[in-house]
Amino acid sequence: MPEVLDILLFVKPWVGGILCVIGALLALIGSIGVLRFPDFFTRPHAASITDTSAVTLGLLGMAILAPSWLVVFKLVAIWLFIFLTSPTGSHALANAAHTAGLQPVLGRDLRRPENREEEA
Amino acid sequence: MGYFAGLIFVLAALWLGLSGIYKPLLLILAGISILISVVLASRLETVDREGSPYGRTIPILSYWAWLQVEIFKANWPVIKACVSANLNINPAFVRVKTRCESDLAKTIFANSITLTPGTVTVEVEGDKLLIHALFEEAATPASFDEMDHRSYRAADGKRKEELVA
Repeated sequence: MPEVLDILLFVKPWVGGILCVIGALLALIGSIGVLRFPDFFTRPHAASITDTSAVTLGLLGMAILAPSWLVVFKLVAIWLFIFLTSPTGSHALANAAHTAGLQPVLGRDLRRPENREEEA
Repeated sequence: MGYFAGLIFVLAALWLGLSGIYKPLLLILAGISILISVVLASRLETVDREGSPYGRTIPILSYWAWLQVEIFKANWPVIKACVSANLNINPAFVRVKTRCESDLAKTIFANSITLTPGTVTVEVEGDKLLIHALFEEAATPASFDEMDHRSYRAADGKRKEELVA
């Protein structure tokens, strides 16, 4: 089966590279969403694209390009830790804003709430 | 004791995977650092069902696999909302009741909701969760039902038998 192995070795860098590029594009889309969304409570939703699919695809691409299994292990560890810590961070931010009494933008017409800070 | 064994095993695997150099000196240092970590963890009294949940590895891993698929499915509407010309979103607060009892199950459920793009857990009070959703029509209480059930099964399933044993 040397031909199959040759094909796999030829395809491997392309698959890894394309996955990395897709991950980077998703991170870019997430950043655009963070800038475009109207208020504090909606922005973590855009950031969660970067936290989940962009990270997964990017790290998967890097794992395919990785020269050794040790690197793959480290990438898996990074992936696990990002998936465990990023929702905790988002939750802490949203909870702090809610506890501080920030009023969210609600509804399809995106009404601006009256926050006391804006009046002052 | 099982909790200590699980913690020591995971710490050892992490060290071996991250180091990659297997000389006697480094392995001795690994043993010492694992020992210090375990002693510190036991002094913090975190070596319990929450701090070392490795006895439930298989249910949690199968839940994790299911969650990955859900996360990828939930990504599409948010990606479309990010790049569409007019901002077609309908943010709202939703209240959801959970059947999860233990703190571990509640944490898994709330963190799964936050991980899924389009929903963020804002507050947890008892068995009620306050969720901020990007699309009100997609975030009905019924849509969280399966996730609730699965995180309950992953963390709390057969828990009563464990408590008896």
